[in-house]
Amino acid sequence: MFLKQYISDVYHAVASLLKGMKTTGHYFIRPKEIITQQYPDNRAQMQLPERFRGEVVMTHDDNNEHACTGCTACELACPNATIKIITKFDTTPEGKKKKALDTFVYHLELCTMCNLCVEACPTSAIKMAQTFEHSVFDRNQLLKKLNNPGSKLRAGVE
Amino acid sequence: MFSLEHITDSIQQWLYSTFNPTMALILECVIVMFLAIGLFAILGLVLVLMERKVAARMQIRLGPNRVGPKGMFQTVADTLKLVMKEGLTPNGADKFLFNLAPFIVMIAAMLVLAPIAFAKGFQIWDINIGVLYVSAVSSVSVIGILMAGWASNNKYSLLGAMRSGAQIVSYELSAGLSIISIVVLSGSLQISEIIASQQTGWWLFRGHIPAIIAFVIFIIAVTAETNRAPFDLAEAESELTAGFHTEYSGMRFALFFLAEYINVFIVCAIGATLFLGGWMPFHIGHWEGFNHIMDYIPSSVWFLGKTFFLIFLIMWFRWTFPRLRVDQLLNLEWKYLLPISMFNLLLITLIAIMGWHF
Repeated sequence: MFLKQYISDVYHAVASLLKGMKTTGHYFIRPKEIITQQYPDNRAQMQLPERFRGEVVMTHDDNNEHACTGCTACELACPNATIKIITKFDTTPEGKKKKALDTFVYHLELCTMCNLCVEACPTSAIKMAQTFEHSVFDRNQLLKKLNNPGSKLRAGVE
Repeated sequence: MFSLEHITDSIQQWLYSTFNPTMALILECVIVMFLAIGLFAILGLVLVLMERKVAARMQIRLGPNRVGPKGMFQTVADTLKLVMKEGLTPNGADKFLFNLAPFIVMIAAMLVLAPIAFAKGFQIWDINIGVLYVSAVSSVSVIGILMAGWASNNKYSLLGAMRSGAQIVSYELSAGLSIISIVVLSGSLQISEIIASQQTGWWLFRGHIPAIIAFVIFIIAVTAETNRAPFDLAEAESELTAGFHTEYSGMRFALFFLAEYINVFIVCAIGATLFLGGWMPFHIGHWEGFNHIMDYIPSSVWFLGKTFFLIFLIMWFRWTFPRLRVDQLLNLEWKYLLPISMFNLLLITLIAIMGWHF
């Protein structure tokens, strides 16, 4: 009957409205659940998620060795030519010539933090750091060299 | 016990003893004028900040909290910004109507302020048809809105104004019928008598089920009348650019913005007066002891507490429910709210005649 449907409609409408209000009311009375982080006051306690993409860095271990073989896979994967690999030729103890990394040039001012270079690297030499405060007054400070001076390829990587 | 009545009585006595009666009356009018403008200014500041903080809490975030302690001066900063903006009149706009529209909306809000009783003995004008006056004058703001939409020379403004006009006019019916339900119970249109009739308890509790239905319909109808979400399609910020106040900037926009929040305050004040007893403390029947304790809290505190509770309720609605489409809006009013409120009015008349209320 029409009247039964009408009353049922009204009842269900009111019930669903009250359910919605219960949810927002629930959040209103619980200020502890507020998820806003008050940057820059909370720099000391800030915890970024592990997958946060800040800037590209090359990991070096305690002996100042890295895992970059100079294969230029990252340079090829980068969509806007942010990375430039400069290679040199090393002489191995047996006297053979082997290609090695000379300089890993990284243009932070061009980087889109798309993570394609990290995914392309076959030896996991580079990763995304969690720094995000990159503002500088002089643009030249954003041109970085990722391999530390005096570092070389770790033995056993390739 | 702190009472505003003492202050007003002593000021009145001092005025009438120092000046001749005409001059005293004029000075009283001037004082009331400044108080009303001051109230508007303070309400505007407080309500806008309250809206932003309440919205933030319901969305698990902090609201404005940088300007002043806990963000208290945010509205002051906003007002300064609006004052410094250029008030641009669009090219083909009807200049006279364009400039007049915000003032009409503001004046309608100010006029409705007159019969509201803020505390015991603290009422500007206790007219014997108080409720009818409120209902009638609040309809005048529709003219301001339609004027704003037409004079902007902008098809979106016009559409927004037409929708807003249709919405306000339809929801006035349900709001009016809910108000009449209380008038039937209390037997008078005069605001002070309605409050006095709630001496033994507020109508919301004494009128049990029909009064609760009337209250719910009233709250829904006034949310729609003041163009608040979920009924804010007329000024839907993301859909219709900004509806009827798209072309307004600077001080004129500030007036519309302020008038919206003042309207919310006023309709909540009316709701608090009719359903929750205005400045009358919470009395239960003839329990003298309990009633005496309740009387210790000043009446202005009771009134403001109730009004702000209703304002909080309306804000709660805004941040919970999705927006209604214009056909759903009118559907709700004409097919659901109006029949239910008419039937409810019959019910309340029955219980008033038979005496089936507390």
